[in-house]
Amino acid sequence: MTLNLSVKDQEMLKGAHGPATKMAMSILVRMAEVSGAKELLDISGAHIDSTVYIGDAGLEYAERLASLGAKVAVPTTLNVSGVDEHHWKEWAVPPLWAKQAHRQMVAYQSMGTIPTWTCAPYQTEMRPSFGQQIAWGESNAIVFANSVIGARTERYPDMFDVCCAITGRAPAIGLHLTENRAGKILLKLEGVSAELQASDDFYPVLGHYLGKISLDRIPVIEGMSIVPDDDQLKALGAAAASSGAVALFHMVGVTPEAPTVEAAFQGNSPEETIIVDMEILRQARRELTHADDARLDMVVLGSPHFSLAEYKTLAKLVEGKKKHKDVKFLVTSSRAMTQLAQQAGFLEAVQAFGAQITVDTCILTTPMLPKEIRFLMTNSAKFAYYAPGLLDKRIAFSSLADCVTSAVKGEIVRDETLWKG
Amino acid sequence: MEGLILIGKPVISGKASGIALVSREPLSFWGGYDWKSGEITDRRHPLSGENAKGKVLVVPFTRGSSTTTAVLLEAIREGTAPAAIVTTATDFFFALASVVAGELYEKSFPLIALSESDFGMIKTGDQVEVMEDGKLIVN
Repeated sequence: MTLNLSVKDQEMLKGAHGPATKMAMSILVRMAEVSGAKELLDISGAHIDSTVYIGDAGLEYAERLASLGAKVAVPTTLNVSGVDEHHWKEWAVPPLWAKQAHRQMVAYQSMGTIPTWTCAPYQTEMRPSFGQQIAWGESNAIVFANSVIGARTERYPDMFDVCCAITGRAPAIGLHLTENRAGKILLKLEGVSAELQASDDFYPVLGHYLGKISLDRIPVIEGMSIVPDDDQLKALGAAAASSGAVALFHMVGVTPEAPTVEAAFQGNSPEETIIVDMEILRQARRELTHADDARLDMVVLGSPHFSLAEYKTLAKLVEGKKKHKDVKFLVTSSRAMTQLAQQAGFLEAVQAFGAQITVDTCILTTPMLPKEIRFLMTNSAKFAYYAPGLLDKRIAFSSLADCVTSAVKGEIVRDETLWKG
Repeated sequence: MEGLILIGKPVISGKASGIALVSREPLSFWGGYDWKSGEITDRRHPLSGENAKGKVLVVPFTRGSSTTTAVLLEAIREGTAPAAIVTTATDFFFALASVVAGELYEKSFPLIALSESDFGMIKTGDQVEVMEDGKLIVN
């Protein structure tokens, strides 16, 4: 199978559109060949994940493209940055790290991108539309765009997203194509109460299980008795894209490509049908907790970045309360969303509670937590999944309400009512 | 000694050799690989605590984060990356790291895709030689 390039693709490859476009196109073509694509297709939006500073190789890559004069060809949002430019000095971030991370931000901003600095670009005004062809990085954003919105992106890695943004092209493979978006396995919820389905901690738990059982097969979830909101679906997708390689899920009666089971499978039969009962969910929930006692140093929220609605819910939960003096309480979000939350009057209660807010970055990507903080609690399965390996911290998972109660009490408390057998 | 010969698909061609480090569990390098040392740090992964520097890493595919490529690129620059990676499916994330490392540092590494049944023939500790055409010699 050979890759057919358009005349313009060939011009870009030869350097007729400048050296940065040439470099981006040569990586794109090489990868299109690797993935067996027959052609490239036009995209009308991109999200660049490689904005996060990890080390000097990523920085050198960004600065190489920037120094060659790279400019994006389509509207392009930027993922979280390596550093919160305004608040990093309040934390344990080494100055050299902050400097390098800032250089990487500047490099990507110089390409004519939109500096959203968020891992939840689908909750900004740049949210894509149904059927739109896009090239997105960031696993949680990819699964949300594909599943909840019905936009079309493959599961693109860091550093490839920017090549698509610069050229305005992507390989015509995988989830860009209708036939590859059909469900493969069916998950039937059984004996899961509507109360549990309405609670925010159900979604990270289901997502954690979904990722593990699906691996890279497209799962279809049946048996919802309520319609979850965007933030619940965001938590589900983020969890599934952490414990597995899920880039698209269908939820019957909820997501746009799954009005019925038949539609979700595009008329095919499921390769496997799995009954998801309370026993399975309780086990998945246990796996998300990596701490064995009640000790608590810090609550971390906002993975993916907090939305306006989440700020509102938190403001209600903490109103008139004060966190324990020995517990830190951190919310991460984008600066735009935090600004909106302030204008909406949600930040006052959050700050009076004693919470700190970090914008643009993520505790998983910036070395902000001091060593003495060892016991974390979160409502995010993604945090719970990555914190032990990335941060070497113990972590407990529970609902947002439990996180608030625990922060007040100074130790981990978890309400088991909805999870009981 | 005549070794076992497995015919793989050279996703990225190249020559390398090393001791095999094998798992059936997919791996995310972000949160799963310390590029400063080469240690596998995903505490839920069976290879947790093993060092993959200079080894032939044998895992079915990457899981989770889209930052896996970036972490692997750092490891290549630092000299802590595996010598070669063997997977079951063509893994876009690993392949991109090799392509970009070639572009930036002229340091690509071989990436070979094997069939499910051949994949199961390699055991941790085996000496694996990766040939340009995707052939693996396993001892």
